[in-house]
Amino acid sequence: MDFELTEEQKLIRETVRDFAEREIKPVAKELDEKAIFSYDLTKKMGEIGLFGMNTPEKYGGQGLDTLSYIISVEELARVDGSQAATLAAHNSLGIGPLINYGTEEQKLKHIPQLCTGEALWSFGLTEAGAGSDSRGSKTIAVLDGDEWVINGSKIFITNASVDISVGCTVQAVSGEENGKKIFTTIIVEKDTPGFKRITMHGKMMWRASDTAELFFDDVRVPKENLLGKVGQGSHIMLHTLDGGRLSIAAMGLGCAQGAFELALNYANERKQFGKPISKFQINAFKLADMATKIELGRNLLYKACWLKDNGKPYSKEAAMSKLYCSEIAKEVADESVQIHGGYGLMKDYDVERFYRDQRLLQIGEGTSEIQRLVISRLIGC
Amino acid sequence: MKILVLISNVPDTTTKIRFTGDNTAFDDSGVQWIINPWDELALTRAVELKEAGGVDKITVANVGEKSTEATLRKALAVGADDAIRIDTTANDAFYVAAQLAEVAKDYDLILAGIEASDYNGNAVGGMLAEMLDFNSVSAVSGIELEESNFKITREVDGGSQVISIGGPLVAIVQKGIAKEPRIPAMRGIMMARKKPLSTKEPVEGVNKTQMISFELPPPKTACKLIDEENANEVITLLHEEAKVL
Ligand SMILES: Cc1cc2nc3c(=O)[nH]c(=O)nc-3n(C[C@H](O)[C@H](O)[C@H](O)COP(=O)(O)OP(=O)(O)OC[C@H]3O[C@@H](n4cnc5c(N)ncnc54)[C@H](O)[C@@H]3O)c2cc1C
Repeated sequence: MDFELTEEQKLIRETVRDFAEREIKPVAKELDEKAIFSYDLTKKMGEIGLFGMNTPEKYGGQGLDTLSYIISVEELARVDGSQAATLAAHNSLGIGPLINYGTEEQKLKHIPQLCTGEALWSFGLTEAGAGSDSRGSKTIAVLDGDEWVINGSKIFITNASVDISVGCTVQAVSGEENGKKIFTTIIVEKDTPGFKRITMHGKMMWRASDTAELFFDDVRVPKENLLGKVGQGSHIMLHTLDGGRLSIAAMGLGCAQGAFELALNYANERKQFGKPISKFQINAFKLADMATKIELGRNLLYKACWLKDNGKPYSKEAAMSKLYCSEIAKEVADESVQIHGGYGLMKDYDVERFYRDQRLLQIGEGTSEIQRLVISRLIGC
Repeated sequence: MKILVLISNVPDTTTKIRFTGDNTAFDDSGVQWIINPWDELALTRAVELKEAGGVDKITVANVGEKSTEATLRKALAVGADDAIRIDTTANDAFYVAAQLAEVAKDYDLILAGIEASDYNGNAVGGMLAEMLDFNSVSAVSGIELEESNFKITREVDGGSQVISIGGPLVAIVQKGIAKEPRIPAMRGIMMARKKPLSTKEPVEGVNKTQMISFELPPPKTACKLIDEENANEVITLLHEEAKVL
């Protein structure tokens, strides 16, 4: 068993950490507070090659392994959840289905620009009435001559309403067979008539990331915009989420790491009763528990990446990583606030943002309950 | 035009410094190694000059053991074209300069950091220029390529001086030479794997110095806060405790 990262993976970690510390950290608080999506940071993340990390070079990507990408998401999340969200949603959910199920023509048309940081792509699965139960989808697509006509709506779609969001992969019901819905995924580009995108405001977390509500009112797209095959929609979306779980897990791990470091530094500096509060056993043990959880989460997640990179089944480990890393992000951020005392409740302290940002991780891309459902099925319940 | 950038492999600037062997050796266990910050800026400037045209090749060189190769790989990721490691322990400045002199002869411009953040030696660049009989300028904070000369900006106390000088040149650079160190792109990191990193045997050299011992700076003492109203107390303390007045 070899736990050593390659020289390249270590350098990628160091590079993304430097980038996050230098470019993101100084502005993260303000972007969060004012709920501003940063085109500038998105572009800069593109410049150092974070978009399309797993995408083959032929389509403008970097052709790197899953673990290198996951380490990058982890390092961004260690500093800021919102920027990590923009990156993870784009790579896993945006580029993911296009690269795995697109025709050569679709890939060459859309993907190169998606590897630059100047264009984003979104994943439209969730609807008001179809969250955990994605088969509850009511958005419909009907083939009319050479065009698909789409009607319906989507909610909570990441990277879907900013100017640079150029398209969305939409799951729609395209018919019925033996009383069962047929799901189909269709590409919808941003300026298509009848396609309305509304930014959702008032988020508690990921405030500098773009979340949108999408409306389709007789939206007509060419027949060729079909992604994969008719009836393959649900499979495409759920398979994409398998990969997406790794990046949400990476966000949990990074968030936990960041919150832990804040707690450790604070506990070593803050003095009460004449000594640093880290010298009180209860705090020292809290920090020891945090470090242990993070180590466990990292080992589990990296193993899931290793399975994927080696072509082995990884669905179970991906769901376990997503579940565990997002849950420890909550526990670690919570204890980190506790260690900060009253200061941890103030916006001036970064831990306050970590405490809010972690909360999405147990909900997005399949709630913790749904992860347990997936795991329990995979272990034979 | 060929540029050689000297790369020193130093402990991360946040490293907790400890010594072993009765304070005669630096304890490098668990230490994170980085490119010496001045060398990183020098490399960044070299890459900028290459991007602007007029530079054919950037080489980076380091005197050190195999463990320093990760640092050289990073330099390749940032934009150097090839790397040379001279396989020996970097004992002292004279020894290091003598090793570098073997590989530096063929370059038009050599960039050396004004110091390395580990031992603050401040010496390799100057010694190397002397050994090669190259021109040399120190405290360089700006460098531009001109037709047949280098246009150099130097920091002088509180101001600056601009000079023109011919090559081959050893420019000993300080802060300001580049705005901030360049972060490598993923593409650069992947290309670095394929760029040549060669190892050279050291030449016989003299170690002119011998380590006797290190001493840590005295620990910082607690800060004393004095009430606004008691400004006079500051004077008393400066007199009696700090004894600086
Ligand atoms: C910021 C943000 C970004 C998002 N980005 C995207 C995106 O890019 N694309 C996209 O398609 N979606 C996106 N989502 C949607 C997200 O995936 C859903 O919110 C999530 O799947 C949960 O669905 P829901 O909110 O409808 O909750 P519900 O499904 O209504 O769940 C409510 C509660 O019931 C529980 N529950 C539901 N079913 C079961 C069950 N069978 N057994 C036990 N418990 C159950 C859930 O675990 C949860 O606790 C995003 C959401 C947010 C908040």
